[in-house]
Amino acid sequence: MHRPDGPDARPDLLVERGHHDMGGLPAGKVEPAEHDYAEWERRVDALMVLLTGVRGERKLMTVDELRKNVEAIAPEAYDTMSYYERWITSITQTMIQRGVITTDELARKLEQVQGRTEDPCRR
Amino acid sequence: MAQGADLGEYRPLTYFQLMEISLRELLVEKGVVSEQAIGDAVADMRARAPERGAKLVARAWVDPGYRERLLENGTRACEELGLEVPALRLVVVENTPALHNVIVCTLCSCYPRTLLGIPPEWYKSRNYRSRVVREPRAVLAEFGTRIPESVQIRVHDSTADMRYLVLPMRPAGTGGWSEERLAALVTRDCMIGVALPRQG
Amino acid sequence: MPPVAAPGGAAPRAQYPTGHPSLAARFAPGQRVRVRKAAPLGHVRTPWYVRGCSGAIERLCGAFPNPEELAQQRSGLPAQPLYRVRFLQRELWPDYRGRPEDTLEVEIFQHWLEPEAGP
Repeated sequence: MHRPDGPDARPDLLVERGHHDMGGLPAGKVEPAEHDYAEWERRVDALMVLLTGVRGERKLMTVDELRKNVEAIAPEAYDTMSYYERWITSITQTMIQRGVITTDELARKLEQVQGRTEDPCRR
Repeated sequence: MAQGADLGEYRPLTYFQLMEISLRELLVEKGVVSEQAIGDAVADMRARAPERGAKLVARAWVDPGYRERLLENGTRACEELGLEVPALRLVVVENTPALHNVIVCTLCSCYPRTLLGIPPEWYKSRNYRSRVVREPRAVLAEFGTRIPESVQIRVHDSTADMRYLVLPMRPAGTGGWSEERLAALVTRDCMIGVALPRQG
Repeated sequence: MPPVAAPGGAAPRAQYPTGHPSLAARFAPGQRVRVRKAAPLGHVRTPWYVRGCSGAIERLCGAFPNPEELAQQRSGLPAQPLYRVRFLQRELWPDYRGRPEDTLEVEIFQHWLEPEAGP
């Protein structure tokens, strides 16, 4: 079992085994530290619960699509992103795939939000 | 909507925080979700905490019939105690003097959320997910938990629709204790299997 | 095409029967099975480290829509029987340091399993 990087990298091995499929791979010590989740992270979690229809609301996505889109995140990004950064990325991708939002709508909204939040005087 | 609680320190929003705001606003504009529903769901998840799982354990410790029902069908046993657990298919695995159980989701972070709340950061980490299946004793030692060499260890990887909870052994010196007092000995980490309940 | 069973109708008894139309359960608790050594694309919930390994059916969990299909916005029906499969750690890891009886249990969908003796 090995994870090739560098000059001997074999693309077939990198694709065959998903980067998320890590059971048994070498890794470091577990840091049992606690993490108090930020409000925005809790909102991402809440959005997942609502969109997957856990409480019987209209189901707009499945947890399987959430997982699939997390697994699709590039390995270096996967490793450096936080858990809820991966989730918001995945949920957003899923909403685009499902046609709930379009890429263009997202682009315009991101610009709008960025414009609003960049100037502290306007917050 | 106010961003977090960083009093006195202005930090520009990250790309991902901008994404969260943007997606949420788009979905609200389209009538897919409401700010109220999101707020309610945040509050709902906050209310789900390890204390709920500790109730099951304490009841099982004092009531052998309940213990059997808990092992037979964890979800029904939750509901029997008035614990609402939407979408949960709970499998409870019992520690014995000969066997210690520990839970992981190597592929992502599956966890009995609607019972215990959001899982801890370390449970979702690369280091835990990679190593606990292969060297459980060493990983448990990193939590300060030493399982005797004579005890068998069983690791459960939650890869599909079941969610797992460890039923720890009742500590010695707790005879006659109330359920409430017993439940206070049972931490989240005991129910994941990386810790043992405090002694009585 | 394997016969479709009535929900919860096939023996062995499913721990969590669901209401979905499902395939019949092929394996019984105690039976030795081997995980197929395949490496397909798409969304897969059979971990790499058990592929090609042999273990024993610990229980039939129930029959659930196939997550490989759900991930692709399809229904995943008919539901697939899902089993907990028990492996010996020393058979999964050549360098395993622990008791020889230490085990690992994973939930695996029926279509990833074959009888140990052969297909």
